Amino acid sequence: MSLPDDYTTYPRRAEGYDHDYYDWSSMHGRAPVAWPDGKSVAVWLCVSLEWFPIMPEDKPFRAPGHMVTPYPDYRHYTVRDYGNRVGVFRMLEAFKAAGVKASFAVNAAVAERYAELIEAVLADGHEIIAHSTDMNGTITSDLAEADERALIADSLARLEAASGIKPKGWLSIARSQSWRTADILTEHGLKYTCDWVNDELPYRFKNGLVNLPLNTELSDRMIIATQQHSAEGWAQMMRDAFDWLAAEARGTAYTKGGGRMLPVHITPYIIGQPFRIRALEQLLTDLSGRADAWIAPGAEIVSAWEEQQ
Amino acid sequence: MQEGATDPGLYDYHPYNARPKIAWPEGKTCAVWVAPNLEYYEIDPPANPHRKSWPKAHPDVVGYSYRDHSNRVSHWRMADVMSRHGFPGSVSLSVALCDHHPEVVADGVERGWEFFSHGIYNTRYSYGMSEAQERAIIEDSIETVQRATGQRIRGWLAPALTHTPRTLDLLAEYDFRYTCDLYHDDQVQEVKVAKGALASIPYSLEVNDHYGFNVYGMSGREYADCLIQQYERLAEEGERTGSGTVMCVPLHAYLIGQPHRIGPFEEALAHIAADSRCWKARAGEIVDHWRAAQ
Repeated sequence: MSLPDDYTTYPRRAEGYDHDYYDWSSMHGRAPVAWPDGKSVAVWLCVSLEWFPIMPEDKPFRAPGHMVTPYPDYRHYTVRDYGNRVGVFRMLEAFKAAGVKASFAVNAAVAERYAELIEAVLADGHEIIAHSTDMNGTITSDLAEADERALIADSLARLEAASGIKPKGWLSIARSQSWRTADILTEHGLKYTCDWVNDELPYRFKNGLVNLPLNTELSDRMIIATQQHSAEGWAQMMRDAFDWLAAEARGTAYTKGGGRMLPVHITPYIIGQPFRIRALEQLLTDLSGRADAWIAPGAEIVSAWEEQQ
Repeated sequence: MQEGATDPGLYDYHPYNARPKIAWPEGKTCAVWVAPNLEYYEIDPPANPHRKSWPKAHPDVVGYSYRDHSNRVSHWRMADVMSRHGFPGSVSLSVALCDHHPEVVADGVERGWEFFSHGIYNTRYSYGMSEAQERAIIEDSIETVQRATGQRIRGWLAPALTHTPRTLDLLAEYDFRYTCDLYHDDQVQEVKVAKGALASIPYSLEVNDHYGFNVYGMSGREYADCLIQQYERLAEEGERTGSGTVMCVPLHAYLIGQPHRIGPFEEALAHIAADSRCWKARAGEIVDHWRAAQ
């Protein structure tokens, strides 16, 4: 099949990006960021709290981790719920033992269905980030604008009604947005999104929204569920990443250094399993004991960054 | 190639154990070239009926921003590790990167890297192109890279590895010297073209960081071990047979430059760099040396 003549013309081929969401800048070219108390690596623990309806929807796409077998998929429905019933409580205990605060990206349905869980998260001083309605609440540009607006408004209203919290941050399911999402989030007064993975520090969109990049590569879903490494292998990777970032923060041939960030995206039904939780506990003990680590929720990292812009 | 034939006629069969020997400079036994892919993926490319650009409706936020990590963060991390261990890059370049982010290309120029074309964008595929369109992207590549780097490109890695039956003939016609698109050998080999001459230089899919991480799901440490084993074997064979081998390390900064992978990668490069059998070379030098010996 032949191609139209204009296949070799490039209307957005010019300096900068081929879109208008944000400007280009290199991380090393920006003024160095300083984290509180002279710490050099902000460690951002982000936990996804997800409820997968047993009737999956494929419009606009089926969320990663969703149902697999023909209906009724007890296997996946229940193991995902294991995270919300059991695994997450192991994680909360591990955070408390290490004396660290995390962000919890919460489906509105989780806040409504599991009030005790949300109480426990809030009682321990963790942050709540909005994370759609439930795991059927996916977004792409195939979703009609009215439907996307309703989905985001519904997510925020239901999360606030159930938890009493008006979140500052938003994580889309599978970090998937439409052309409109960034503006809709801003209209709702959200301060930051975590969806764009192109950087390792916060940066600002032209519409005012801050992007706090939640690295997909560093998630337990990617490393343990997809690439099939052990929890110990995952923890080793987190340490390798931390060590590199701490060295980079001190300055190298290509950067003056300055604060760096290690996002650790974890999932109760994955890392919260009995045979894996110890790897998380040991990692938290290790990192919380390091002089250069600042373990903080996303909103605090965004605020610390914002004060220096 | 022989279009429509079951054997595309890309090259003659030359078994590894019975072919003319090639000697690398100074008695080195394995030429190691590092090939960073410096790419630009468009957020909203036009459709090509033969291949979809993004799995999701545009914008595919993760797909796009994942690759953009190279051009904001990880290029410099990867490049510095290469420089520290004395490896120049031979860059597989989406040439439109010269327009979008000239800072990235300039960094490669300052480091003394060689450039070759990887198409205009990694989201514009050659499948279905007319001869005029294919000539246009070749001429665009030559002119754009000349303007941005002062180099006349001599090599080609097809955009997103998409070809037409005429690509290799056209490359020879435009006085290109090598293609990175054929994976049939561990040594430089002659490619059959309609007129002129073209060599294939071993690039590698198997030790490409994309395969290592996103196909085989290796950890950074496993990938580093795989590079060391690949090198050790090729250097030993080159030594034993008296005929130089070629190892390519094809990289993408957004993969190898992730903070959990770059440290182990540096250890692998340091290992290879310290070995006296290693010829740290650019693609063009390897091909030119081989061609002169034919």
